[in-house]
Parts: sequence; structure tokens; C-alpha cells
Amino acid sequence: MQALRLVKVAGKSIIKNKMRTLLTMLGIIIGVGAVIIMVAIGEGAQSQIEEQIQNLGTNMVVVTPGSANTSGASQGAGSFSRLTIEDAEKIQNESIYAANVSPVLSSFFAQIVGGDGNWRASILGVTPEYQEIRNWGTTSGRFFDAQDNRRANKVVILGQTVVENLFGERDPVGERVIVNRVPMEVIGVLESKGQTADGNDQDDFIVMPVQTALNRFSGRRTFIRQILLNTYTPEDIPLAQEEVRAILRESHGLAEWEADDFEVRNQEQLSEAAQGTTEVMTALLAAIASISLLVGGIGIMNIMLVSVTERTREIGIRMAIGARGSDVLTQFLIESIVMSILGGALGIALGVGGSALLGSTMGWATAVNTETVVIAIAFSAAVGIFFGFYPARKAAALNPIDALRFE
Amino acid sequence: MSEKKEVIRVRDIRKTYQMGKTKVHALQGVDFSVMEGELVAIMGASGSGKSTLMNIIGGLDYPSAGSYFLDGIEVNKLSKNELADVRNQKIGFVFQGFNLLARTTALENTELPLLYDRSKRVKKHSEAAKKALERVGLGNRIDHLPNELSGGQQQRVAIARALVTNPSLVLADEPTGNLDSKTTVEVMALFQELNDEGVTILLVTHEDEVARYAKRIVELRDGKIIRDIEQTPDSAAKDLEELLARRAQNQEIEEPEAAEAD
Repeated sequence: MQALRLVKVAGKSIIKNKMRTLLTMLGIIIGVGAVIIMVAIGEGAQSQIEEQIQNLGTNMVVVTPGSANTSGASQGAGSFSRLTIEDAEKIQNESIYAANVSPVLSSFFAQIVGGDGNWRASILGVTPEYQEIRNWGTTSGRFFDAQDNRRANKVVILGQTVVENLFGERDPVGERVIVNRVPMEVIGVLESKGQTADGNDQDDFIVMPVQTALNRFSGRRTFIRQILLNTYTPEDIPLAQEEVRAILRESHGLAEWEADDFEVRNQEQLSEAAQGTTEVMTALLAAIASISLLVGGIGIMNIMLVSVTERTREIGIRMAIGARGSDVLTQFLIESIVMSILGGALGIALGVGGSALLGSTMGWATAVNTETVVIAIAFSAAVGIFFGFYPARKAAALNPIDALRFE
Repeated sequence: MSEKKEVIRVRDIRKTYQMGKTKVHALQGVDFSVMEGELVAIMGASGSGKSTLMNIIGGLDYPSAGSYFLDGIEVNKLSKNELADVRNQKIGFVFQGFNLLARTTALENTELPLLYDRSKRVKKHSEAAKKALERVGLGNRIDHLPNELSGGQQQRVAIARALVTNPSLVLADEPTGNLDSKTTVEVMALFQELNDEGVTILLVTHEDEVARYAKRIVELRDGKIIRDIEQTPDSAAKDLEELLARRAQNQEIEEPEAAEAD
């Protein structure tokens, strides 16, 4: 009851000084708005990355070459490719948990001539299982089969970007393209997977049987970049990882004391790595935005201090007619809290609106979650308490006799 | 009738201030009592210690020595918070500069002490405030802001604010210091009227003009009481009537156009 009345007193004082209140709140409004927008951008990027990793396929395990160890000096990840076609075949033959296994042989870029012009795209050499592992359908034609691979047939499947650049709207299935002077037949077109978070076009490449790639394009710039495999159930993933590790250590002839020269990771671990980056980015953005919230808090403290001086006489009157020091303290504290919470609420409106605007005009993925909103409200209330306390205590400590005499 | 209650009992009150290196003895042993229903004027030149005495009686300050009972409560032994409650429940303040809250209506100003009343004696704040304003003759001005009221009316709001808690004592510090002579008489007439209704009033003033309306005069000099006399007060209401009659006459003769605006 008493608190409610004091809130009313604070509310009246805020309404009586509309302009000053608005200017005071502006710092908090901008601070909270900025934090929400920044976090929304960060979260948006994060959820996009996560979606892409889910897009890679289900129950997938990725083997990548690790750092080679030359005489005890680490050469860094991927510094020396120790993955071979044989490794992939060994896993395929020996593993119990792996359902499908495909090596991924990739060259840098190849010149592709066909249709209406020419285009540069990277080549991927895989086995037919690749389609299953990555859950990647064709929009037209078909994926190659085991026979194509065995015979190293000169067949190729194009990504959407390549199709658009060479054939426009036409269906290229059955057409002939020349890849680095080797004529090949287009047998299919892959579904579009769009861009990755870091802006890589996932459709700008061509796929061919790994044997074809080895026979026709194997050179200095060709290596096994990954071995992909999937398991039957999610529960098998850690078992498959252990198993693959054992198989590869044996295949690479690693002694007991030697570290792995490859890495076996599942999707979760991949997304954790990616999330780590965006989390750092989100935290950084939020930290920068928090500074404006801090500045807003200092603004409140400044105004409250001015207000206490300006209202010394009022404080004197209130004390003379029976207000305790704690009543005066509460009044000023509530005033600053109400101001900062009100500012926080307007800041949330600004943040949510701003995020939506950025999402629609800039095409950025933004995600405002309730957690951020709750934290923003709590934080602005905390700002009100923290920065309102000193001026409020100053008011409460006034001597009523002096305060009444104050001109 | 039973014997009248003692509202104030001050015994050998002393107050010493440290001003730099010198000690200032503002009060040097003051003894006096105020009974229920009295209208007392405390007089004295500036520096006589009357403000210090008023601050102690008003519960705004502690004496350095001596004891002070208000309504039987030994005020000088109370904590700061208890003192605030005594100020709230037992004392009604009227100040020289009115000291109303700006941009706050007469009603809200009058309600203010009830906001801090922890005894919760009064349930309906605005009704009590309205009654107090009616008592001082401002029942038709409850929604006016202080800057929409004349000086006399503002002081009436302040008196209403002092009355709203039904205090044992109304303490008025130079209540007419900022008022012209006509308004002074008006306010004094109000104090006399309230006193007739049984309100105990203590006025602090340096003007004989004001003191002559009190039933008793206590005069201070150099921190001591030098005079404590009972007197038959002049009637402020009668003086006001005469004053108005005289003015009306003068106006008729000199400036028949200029009507007094209050």
C-alpha cells in the first residue's frame, strides 16, 4: 500500500517533467534497443548456421585430414593430406556402424565449357553413397551409380549455379560439357542448397564419380578433402566415430604414442565449432551495445542528482511533515527505476521494430528471443537501482532544517 | 471538567553549536510548559534562540541537554525515524514561505502528511484533506495549484495541511512573515478561530503585530526566557472588520474603480 502510493508519487513527478523524463530515458531506450538488435542479428546468424549444418545430412560423421606431425613439429590442420581412397574403402569394408561411406575428392577449379558459354567451378569426386549421406536430391536426371564409378564413366552432375550460367532456364540433362578439355555427359542437376552463412555458394560446383575424377583430373591440386559417412541411428554416431578412428589409426600405421593425424567429427561438433564463432560475435556486439546502456544509466544518475538538488526544499517539506529518510530514499529510487523500466520498455519496442526492419530491408536473419527481452528489462531496472541509489541516498541524508532553508 | 493536558514540557533545554573553533550557546537552559488549548507566541530578535527552540519543539533537532516531553513522550530520547513519526502524527507545521509543493493541487498538498502516516488512523485521505481545506475556508479551491492562489490562500492550504493529521500541536514559524498587513490579520483570525475550536497553537514571531493576538507571550533573549506573560488577546476578526470598513471608505473617496483583487 505504502509502496503503491510512493510509485504514484514518482509517477506524478515523472509526468510533471515530461521533456526531461524523455531525454533521461533516451539513453536507456537507445541502449536497450541496441542490445536487442545486436543480439537479434547474432542469434539470427547462429540459427542460420545451425540450419545449414542440419542441412548437411542426417547422422553424418566427417573425417578430415588432421595436422601432420613431422619430427614432433605440428604442421597444422590439413597441412598434409593423409586421407586416401583406400582409407574410405577400408572404412566401407570394415566398419559395422557406417551405413554409407564416400570419399570427397575435390580439385580447386576447373573450366567448364558447354551450353551457352563457359564457367569456372570446383569439381567434387564422390561415390554414389554421397547422395544418400548428404540427403541431396536431383531436380532433374539422376545421380550416378556404382557402375558409373567402377567404370570411371565420363558423367557429371551439375549444381544449380553452374546450370544457370551455362544453360540458363534449359534442362541440361543429356547435354555435353567439356571439363578441362574432357568431354562429359550431364546426367543430372542437384537441388539448390543456397548460401552458407559465410557467403559460400553451395551450388557452384559439379559432381562426378570419384574414379573418373582420379583418372581424369588427378594432379597436384587434387586431394581427399573429407571422408563422409553416415550411421543407421543417431545412437551409433559416437560408436562409429571410435570405430573409424581405430580403423584409420591402423591404416595409417600410427604407433601407440602418436597422435591422430586426422579428425573425426559429428554434426554436433561441427555446429559447436561454428557456434563458437558466432557466439563470440554476438557477445562482442552485445558488449558494445551494453556500453550505451551504461552511458544511459549515467545519464539517469546525472538527472537524478540535479533533481535532488533542485528539489531540496521539497525534500525538506516532506521530512518536516513526517517522511522518514527511507521514505525519501524509496521515492527517488522508485522514480529512477520507473524511468529506467519505462525506457527499457520503449527500448524493447525500438529493438524489436529495428530488428524486424533490418530483417526485411537488409535481408538479414534476425531472431528476437524472449530471453533477451527479459534480460533487457531486468538490466534496465538494475541500471535504475544502481544509478538511482547514490542520488536517492543523498536526498535521504539531507537535514530537514537545512533543506527547508535551501533557496 | 478534568484538568487540562500538558502538551509541551521543556525542562532546562540547552543547545550548543560548534561554529568552527567557537562554541555557540543557542539555548542556555529553557523551561516552560504549554497546556492544551493555549495560543502562545514565542518572541525574540534574530539570534535570540527562538528558531533553535522551534526546531527542537518541532522534532527537527535534538537538544544538547535537558528534556522535552510532547504529549507525554520524551522526544529527545527518540530515534530519527520515531522523531519523523512524531512530526507526522503530533505536530502540524506552518512555515513562513508556505512551503507547498509546486505543480501540486491544494488537495494533494493537504493530503501529503497522510502519505507518511504509519499509524493509518485516517483511511480516506482525500476526504480528510477536503475537510481540512473546508475548515480553513478553501473548500472551493481544492483543485487549484499554488501559483493560482494568493499568498493568504497558500498559507491557508499550509494550515490545512498542518491540521489534516489532527495534531496535538500546530507549530507556526513566522506564519505571516511573507504576508501583507490585511492578509496577516486574516491568517491570525483563522488561528484564533482554530484555537477557539481547541487546537493548541505555538507561534514563533518577532512582530508585536502578530503577538498581540496570542493569549500568552514567551520572550527569548540570548538563549534564555526573559518574559512569560498571559494577556487578553485582541480579536483578529474584529480588527479585520475594521480594516475592511476603513479600506472601503478610502476607496470610495479615492479610487472607486479599483476593486481589491484577492
